Amino acid sequence: MSASAVHSLWTTAAEPVSRIDAPHIEYGQLSPILIVVGAGVLGILVEAFVARRARYHVQLFLSVVALAAAFAAVVGLAVTGHGSTKAGIVAMGAIAVDGPALFLQGTILLAGLVSLFTFAERRLDPVAHGKQVDSFVAQAGAPPGSKSEQAAVKAGFTTTEVFPLALFAVAGMLVFPAANDLLTLFIALEVFSLPLYLLCALARRKRLVSQEAAVKYFLLGAFSSAFLLFGIALLYGYAGTLSYAGIAEVVDGTVTSIDPALADTMGNDALLLIGAAMVLMGLLFKVGAVPFHMWTPDVYQGAPTPVTGFMAAATKVAAFGALLRLLYVVLPGLSWDWRPVLWGVAIITMLLGAIVAITQTDIKRLLAYSSIAHGGFILAGVIAMNEAGISSVLFYLLAYSFVTIGAFSVVTLVRDAGGEATHLSKWAGLGRRSPLVAAVFAVFLLAFAGIPLTSGFAGKFAVFKAAAEGGAGALVVVGVISSAIAAFFYIRVIVLMFFSEPRPEGPTVAVPSPLTMTTIGVGVAVTLVLGVAPQYFLDLANQASVFVR
Amino acid sequence: MNTENMIALLIAAPLLGAVVLLCGGRRLDRTGHWIGTLLAAASFVVGVVLFTDMLGRDAEDRTLSQHLFSWIPVEGFQADVAFQLDQLSMTFVLLITGVGTLIHLYSVGYMEHDERRRRFFGFLNLFLAAMLLLVLADNYLLLYVGWEGVGLASYLLIGFWQHKPSAATAAKKAFLVNRVGDMGLSIAILLMFTTFGTFAFGPVLSASAAGDTSEGKLTAIGLMLLLAACGKSAQVPLQSWLGDAMEGPTPVSALIHAATMVTAGVYLITRSGAIFNAAPDAQLAVVVVGAVTLLFGAIVGCAKDDIKKALAGSTMSQIGYMILATGLGPIGYVFAIMHLVTHGFFKAGLFLGAGSVMHGMNDEVDMRKYGGLRKYMPVTFATFGLGYLAIIGFPGLSGFWSKDKIIEAAFAQGGTEGWILGAVTLLGAALTAYYMTRVMLMTFFGEKRWQPDAEGNAPHPHESPKSMTIPMIVLAFGSVFAGGLFSLNESFAGWLEPVTAFEHGHPPISAGVIMTATITVMVLGIGLAYVQYGRRPVPVTAPRGSLLTRAARRDLLQDDLNHVVLVRGGEHLTRSLVYVDHTLVDGVVNGTAASVGGLSGRLRKLQNGFARSYAVSMFGGAAVLIAATLLMRAV
Repeated sequence: MSASAVHSLWTTAAEPVSRIDAPHIEYGQLSPILIVVGAGVLGILVEAFVARRARYHVQLFLSVVALAAAFAAVVGLAVTGHGSTKAGIVAMGAIAVDGPALFLQGTILLAGLVSLFTFAERRLDPVAHGKQVDSFVAQAGAPPGSKSEQAAVKAGFTTTEVFPLALFAVAGMLVFPAANDLLTLFIALEVFSLPLYLLCALARRKRLVSQEAAVKYFLLGAFSSAFLLFGIALLYGYAGTLSYAGIAEVVDGTVTSIDPALADTMGNDALLLIGAAMVLMGLLFKVGAVPFHMWTPDVYQGAPTPVTGFMAAATKVAAFGALLRLLYVVLPGLSWDWRPVLWGVAIITMLLGAIVAITQTDIKRLLAYSSIAHGGFILAGVIAMNEAGISSVLFYLLAYSFVTIGAFSVVTLVRDAGGEATHLSKWAGLGRRSPLVAAVFAVFLLAFAGIPLTSGFAGKFAVFKAAAEGGAGALVVVGVISSAIAAFFYIRVIVLMFFSEPRPEGPTVAVPSPLTMTTIGVGVAVTLVLGVAPQYFLDLANQASVFVR
Repeated sequence: MNTENMIALLIAAPLLGAVVLLCGGRRLDRTGHWIGTLLAAASFVVGVVLFTDMLGRDAEDRTLSQHLFSWIPVEGFQADVAFQLDQLSMTFVLLITGVGTLIHLYSVGYMEHDERRRRFFGFLNLFLAAMLLLVLADNYLLLYVGWEGVGLASYLLIGFWQHKPSAATAAKKAFLVNRVGDMGLSIAILLMFTTFGTFAFGPVLSASAAGDTSEGKLTAIGLMLLLAACGKSAQVPLQSWLGDAMEGPTPVSALIHAATMVTAGVYLITRSGAIFNAAPDAQLAVVVVGAVTLLFGAIVGCAKDDIKKALAGSTMSQIGYMILATGLGPIGYVFAIMHLVTHGFFKAGLFLGAGSVMHGMNDEVDMRKYGGLRKYMPVTFATFGLGYLAIIGFPGLSGFWSKDKIIEAAFAQGGTEGWILGAVTLLGAALTAYYMTRVMLMTFFGEKRWQPDAEGNAPHPHESPKSMTIPMIVLAFGSVFAGGLFSLNESFAGWLEPVTAFEHGHPPISAGVIMTATITVMVLGIGLAYVQYGRRPVPVTAPRGSLLTRAARRDLLQDDLNHVVLVRGGEHLTRSLVYVDHTLVDGVVNGTAASVGGLSGRLRKLQNGFARSYAVSMFGGAAVLIAATLLMRAV
């Protein structure tokens, strides 16, 4: 017996290894995401290799170019029909490139770009040891009030890491509304959440509050991620697949083949319902819907104000995008089950946000509750379950982003010795001392309140119209009542600014650099343009309102 | 440049002036009044160019239109900013810009010492622009814009000396009374839209004339238009603002009475002639309003000692003539407009003359403290005197031609109505002669009666500067010749006929008899006034007077009536509404607000700052969410 024959008794020749196919990646369609991620990675390298004094400029340049280029890429894709006729699913089924995805990505990129300007603002804080400083801590690792912190301040350190962090967050947000399977969804969620947790902790002043906010955000975020992940597992058990289209097929009962390993659980409606509810919960947490809203006021208040503005705008856009895709692509067959539940959520979100905002005394908390109420309004559009629902939500998100970023940018300008003067009593009489700033803020407040000729009105009208057409008339009634309640506290701030006597020790309004001026100017311009002539943008949102499946 | 495209320039020039003067700030203080005057004159020049151009065309092709832009383009609702320049508009344009420019020029001197002169000229320009918009609009909605603009400008100008409480009150009164009329116009426009689906002149008027619209609707529209006209033209029952409006600077009074504002009502009714022709009931109402106001204004004018208020009464009465004429239909329209133009000349002249007198008399307005001024102000005397002869209808002068035609047309109405209207117009002519002679005698003749005032400043009557006398002289020419010129070969009637239609009236008695009667009553009026004020010295303090005199001094108790009916009634109504508002509405509102606030305070406590509580609430929320989803499936 030859050795080889003996050997063959207990061994057998392996089949020739079949070649592992390289995944097919459509770099062109993914370019917006890839540009931002690439710039983020480059930003990390900049932190490592570029001299400290040059970093700020290099990072700012890099980030602005990256976001602008990504936006250009989105526009390019939209113009070449990838939002409509050539919409498709790319990256082996992981990412959808379609109208809603491109519209939301464009919105996120623009919001990110104008937010970035406020990140880079260095003229508001008084000069520390001969160096201009921004809103971020000198050295994140130094404990608040410690000697090492003082040393870092004295050395003029600044945390330029915020730029790559913001880029990573933006990258995650770009993927989130485009994710076409549940795993991608989850990864995207974590990719944009983790940098946000960090950014929240980096305030230069009131560091303890800032760190507390970050820890709360992190804990509760992790908690909600757990729900989301568990929901994903249940849905996998139900459908045997993570892809949106696959799950939708099982929900609709049009599936052809069943994986024998999953035959026991597949099609079990309990798994579907519980799983869907848990996934929904994870997304509702990100949009700040009641009762998953409680992190919002604390985090919005504690985070550095530029981060708050960015977070309030871009996170909402991304999360509502993901929610829309989930509900309209994966779960339309289940709409009889989730619509009543979301009705309830929308109603308490609108009412609670508006009601609790009335007694707030801090402008950032006030805006936080206002953002909760607005989340409720947007949910009303989501529930509409028609094409107008999609387009109205897209439009609302665009309008709301710029109002929010603009409003928080104005908050960064009103300062006293302790940094930003966020207590409302200090805003008394601001209109007499700084009429321009107060007037700009009034424009944003009117937009929040949904007064005609501002984008807020156009957005709210679109959303409520879609909801009413979708058979959610009662929801519209509640929405209008909440709007009325909300108008009270918005107008109250205007009254406070213009019709109260200024306090002698009141805050001063810092003169910002062109960066923040650009942000505020763009905010006002978009608010008024979308308010006075919304038709073009409504049409754009209409054209972008078809999901690919 | 195409002549159509020049129409907008008519409005643009004074509008530009208003914007520049009102926004220009102090640096224009020294030149502002000339800018305003020049722009008014520019508008007049454009008007003349368009006029000559229009004369060069056939009667059928004289209507020009210019479409500027679509104002509110909505499906089923088309509002355009478009102008229409026809013979009627052209007449008004020349009157408004011509007399307006003269008044601007006069104001340069009159307002010389006023530190807010720049603003005054800005308002004057605004007034012209609004009035031009009113007469040039090619639809009722745009007309309404001009209409409201006139209301605003008159408010600003009557209350120009706002430091005087009386002026501020008068402005408010004019504005409020006008609002009542404005409501009429807006309702009329709404009715037009529901009836005809449009408010452009062309379709509305041709549809009214076609006769397939129900007469009831047309009557309603007509009555609402009449209400509007009553407000702007100070006709009974909305006349009460006109007398108080004398609180404004005198050039403003001249502008309001001669070229703008009060003529708007006449324009509106004439323009809407097709509607009134098809609604005899509305037409009758117009005639009645005109006849009543004619006498009302004349009686008030007889009793006033304030020179401007006497003239105001006269305006009311003369506008009454015009409104009456418009109510007569196609036999009256052209004479209404003709009287409007001649009245524009002599009334502007009279007001400017009154202003000139006041200018020389330390702003004294009480005619009992004038007397014998003809020696001190010869130019004013001469021009005022010519205006006086014109308004009383002295044969050959402007007023004679136009008023006589209206009286003829009134008789021509036929039947009892014709006799009544004829008698009323004749009586009006007698009263006009009486009160105007009274004004003339008290001001320029007799002994001088002025005395030093409380601070011992005796007035030193003197002639006014050139900038004031030149406009008066120009207007005096108009007062003398315009009427005759218009009546030559019935040229004015022929000119307006394509727009307003024109029929010869056939009075039951011959025109010669009517003319004789008119001259006779005029002489009677003059004679009576001469007996009372020329032969006897005028007492410096007014005698108690008869019951009628006292009532007429109080504007025939119109304010008292308004007070009792409207103010008291309104007060009661508001008081009860306030009660309901405080107890019921506020109770509900405040109660809701308080409970929402309380709820807010309580809900706020849930936000206690502990991450663990938040996590619990999330957990609970998730549980509820899952349970609810499962429940939905179960039910």
